[in-house]
Amino acid sequence: MRRFVPMLLAALAFMVAGCEKKTQPASSDTDTSKQAAQGQGGTATAPPTPEGTPPPPAASDTLLLGVATSLTGGQATFGVSTRNGIELALKEANEAGGVKGKKLTVRVYDNQGKPEEAAQAVTRLINQDRVILILGDVASSNSLAMAEKAQAAGVPMITPSSTNPTVTEKGDFIFRVCFIDPFQGFVMAKFGRENLKLSKVAVLQDNKSAYSIGLTDVFTRKFTEMGGKITGVESYSQGDTDYRAQLTAIKKAQPEAIYVPGYYSEVGVIARQARELGLKVPLLGGDGWDSEKLYELGGTAIQGSYFSNHYSPDNPDPRIQKFVSDYKAAYGGVPDALAALAYDAANVAIDALKKAPDTSGKAIRDAIAQTKGFPGIAGAITLDEKRNAVKPAVVLKVGDGKSEYVTTVNP
Amino acid sequence: MLRGVLPVLVALPVVILFEQLLAAAPFATYLLSIMGVNIILAVSLNIVNGMTGQFSIGHAGFMAVGAYVAGVLSLALKEVALSFLPVAVSDQVFLLVALLLGGVVSAVCGFVVGLPSLRLRGDYLAIVTLGFGEIIRVVVQNTDAFGRALGLSGIPQTAGLGMVGFWVFLVVLVARRLAGSSHGRSLWAIREDEVAAEAMGVDTTGYKVRAFVISAFFAGIAGGLFAHFVPIINPGSFTFVKSMEVVVMVVLGGLGSTTGAIIAAMFLTLLPEALRSAFTVMGAEGSLAQKVDQIRMPVYGLMLVALMLLRPQGLFGTREIWEVLPRWLPRRRKGLA
Amino acid sequence: MAQLLQHLINGLASGTIYALVALGYTMVYGVLKLINFAHGDVMMVGVYMGYATAFTLGRQEQKTFLGVVLIFLVAMGGCALLGFLIERFAYRPLREKPRLTSLITAIGISFTLSYGFQLDIGFLPGAAPRAFPEIIVPTEWLIIGDRDVVVWNWQVMSLLIAVGLMVGLQYLVFKTRFGRAMRAVSYDHRVAALMGIPTDRVIALTFMIGSALAAGAGLLYAIKDTSVSPLMGLYVGLKAFVAAVIGGIGHVPGAVVGALLLGLVEEFVVGYAASTWRDAVAFGILILVLLVKPGGLFGRVAAEKV
Repeated sequence: MRRFVPMLLAALAFMVAGCEKKTQPASSDTDTSKQAAQGQGGTATAPPTPEGTPPPPAASDTLLLGVATSLTGGQATFGVSTRNGIELALKEANEAGGVKGKKLTVRVYDNQGKPEEAAQAVTRLINQDRVILILGDVASSNSLAMAEKAQAAGVPMITPSSTNPTVTEKGDFIFRVCFIDPFQGFVMAKFGRENLKLSKVAVLQDNKSAYSIGLTDVFTRKFTEMGGKITGVESYSQGDTDYRAQLTAIKKAQPEAIYVPGYYSEVGVIARQARELGLKVPLLGGDGWDSEKLYELGGTAIQGSYFSNHYSPDNPDPRIQKFVSDYKAAYGGVPDALAALAYDAANVAIDALKKAPDTSGKAIRDAIAQTKGFPGIAGAITLDEKRNAVKPAVVLKVGDGKSEYVTTVNP
Repeated sequence: MLRGVLPVLVALPVVILFEQLLAAAPFATYLLSIMGVNIILAVSLNIVNGMTGQFSIGHAGFMAVGAYVAGVLSLALKEVALSFLPVAVSDQVFLLVALLLGGVVSAVCGFVVGLPSLRLRGDYLAIVTLGFGEIIRVVVQNTDAFGRALGLSGIPQTAGLGMVGFWVFLVVLVARRLAGSSHGRSLWAIREDEVAAEAMGVDTTGYKVRAFVISAFFAGIAGGLFAHFVPIINPGSFTFVKSMEVVVMVVLGGLGSTTGAIIAAMFLTLLPEALRSAFTVMGAEGSLAQKVDQIRMPVYGLMLVALMLLRPQGLFGTREIWEVLPRWLPRRRKGLA
Repeated sequence: MAQLLQHLINGLASGTIYALVALGYTMVYGVLKLINFAHGDVMMVGVYMGYATAFTLGRQEQKTFLGVVLIFLVAMGGCALLGFLIERFAYRPLREKPRLTSLITAIGISFTLSYGFQLDIGFLPGAAPRAFPEIIVPTEWLIIGDRDVVVWNWQVMSLLIAVGLMVGLQYLVFKTRFGRAMRAVSYDHRVAALMGIPTDRVIALTFMIGSALAAGAGLLYAIKDTSVSPLMGLYVGLKAFVAAVIGGIGHVPGAVVGALLLGLVEEFVVGYAASTWRDAVAFGILILVLLVKPGGLFGRVAAEKV
């Protein structure tokens, strides 16, 4: 024991002396390293190029897709919508003859809203179940965990609704069919400034949600760039039920509107308590508001507020109405944006499978990357070079029991 | 001295070999890594809840501390390597340093949390440990360096089965040696009757705090390992629910039994996967399998209640498997006995 | 100034509700020396019972005076029954066993309730938060300035109900024979039994009263915050327990003071300082109190006699 401390110091000194910068491993795939270098903004190590080819898919007359989403836990309703949307798309595709004569089947695992479970589920899907493609998840943290595993194994992955920009930066096998947080934050900033002519806005963000924080960052930046003023940023935690303290502080600054980029489960009550405290100004929000429960929880208080979303179920387009009625028939209830996006993601995957020459990871990936102007329920999908979807957003106004379309904001 | 270190020297090549053998099976590797982390958590919690008879329900908080500290260090040193070692070995060395730092910081937290609460009656420890877990969560969520709510990603994924297995071995070794030592006997005494132990001259607060610190250290190690094979860590992985899962493992295995904790941890890690496989075979995957995941939590709750009412000693009570097994096996009569 | 006043009102409102729940904790701890982790979840069950009753009564009936009384009675009565069952079948068999066993059981029940109610099988409501029906029609009773400070009717009613229940409890514990029995059992339940007190019955009734109080608190909480979900019990329970410890666990008035203090501190931390640190502050205060005054503000650390 006496000799322990000197030995430890010697070892540490030795190590410090021997430290050096890691040399970059020679990249076998020059395309990916260039793309990734763009995406990651100059980190020294090369991104993980797929180390191996994925295990050969189970040979059979069916094509197996994998889904990992949160069916339990705090985001359960989102996961359930996602699963429903995917299953509906696959059912329709199978009824229309499948892909090249093969039926599509899906294996759905619950990741409980935790990244380690998401990684476990995806590893199982890839290595045990031998799926050819992964769909999921909603929360960006889970998608990040899943993307890392999928990219390393060379299995393409499409996330229907993860909006954090870093998800697709994981590698060239990762795609998304929704717009990203930077765009959505910009949408409401523009709408607030140009359509509602607001100049002073307060922000109430959900500190427990990366999505909410991401939107707040972008919104505050864009709104001030456009000449507006942010009176202050308050926070709450998902799961809280009493926001009066934050709202009282906000009230003092007398904003013309409050940006609340949170989830419907809290936003509804926030609206009520705001009205109760005498704050009559409209609220602004993002796609986290999208749920039937918003109206129940918000009552009359939330009416007259606005939020950005991926689609509007009232859109008279016959394709969208057919989707809405099919979904209602199968699952009861109007599909929310997450179900629509999941439906689109599944269809993009099916489309790629039809176009790909074989079911190898690379072939499917290349086919997905070529998606241009794909007619999705939540807007036309064109994937850019960062594998994100370039789409417009809609702004909806909350009414009595449903929301009305107000305008579309293009990127 | 050699007798003390020998098992470790033997274990090292064994775990390295183990890792190489399973290199071609990523799912098994991942699952076993998770299992290893759970075993470390269960065995370390057993030292406090089992051997010392205290009630700590914030183990996930210490795990979080270890995970984030080790993760941040590894992230900072991502580009650095030791020139005189091959890269793979250098990675492991850095991993080890990160783990140790995480463990030490976690142990310090254990000291800070344990000292005030262990001075008092045991019930307070439960609430304080719970509160501690929450404080950690709030700190992480408010600190950009820890990734806030999104989490910390990009941590080099250098923890293979070798490193995990090594630490599993180490924690079991420490726990067993502790249980059999005079130090451990003081812990058992505190568990049985704290007042009597104090009367016999055992510095109960000191021993309790020491046990708590050791336990926190290993929980920090477990967290550090976790951060190095899971692609991203965020506060959602270290909630009260996680703490409860570890408590269930310890109680199920038997409060005080190291092997019990190991077996319970293995069982509860593998159970969801086994159920998934079972459902796939039965063709009943989809909604039924998903319902099972939902039911898991209330079933754990009921299991705790049922265990306490019917078999509070869990699987093995305070004994180890080799003490219990002979009794379960059919006995062979020797001679006249 | 107006902001300060509003914060004060908000803080007191949440404080009184914490107080009602904390009373249940402190009472049960007093007689059984057991931290009933399931207390918050029993409250949650009471809220859902109230929800179901309000639903059955329908939109019109639920707002009448009789309707509200019925909702409260059903919820409080239902919780009293639940408390009785839990005590009878989960805690009583373990009364002579080491305390750790009861603690684990309490946690087990807490888990079963809060996660069980998150399933959407059968009568279980499911995880998604719901809006508690508006059983008290909100009207503003006091407005200062241009809506600088607003006091609502239900806030005042809630305060009166809470205070009424607390006063009733105080009377029960200190002025009735039963209260004396409760206090006797809390000092030493074996000796109390020797003195002829039916300890089992006293303990059972204590549980029932505590649970009923929790249900009342839960309903007031639901009226205040509208959103109810199966997880609401866990956090409120935890905060209420912190409040009870701050006041001195086992000390009835202390629980109330601790709860009001906690409610106000939380409100002011969120309103004036960093709103995201609220939970950390609450638990930080707990650790501080335990460090400085382990018995809480009013309690005494009783020496354990053997």
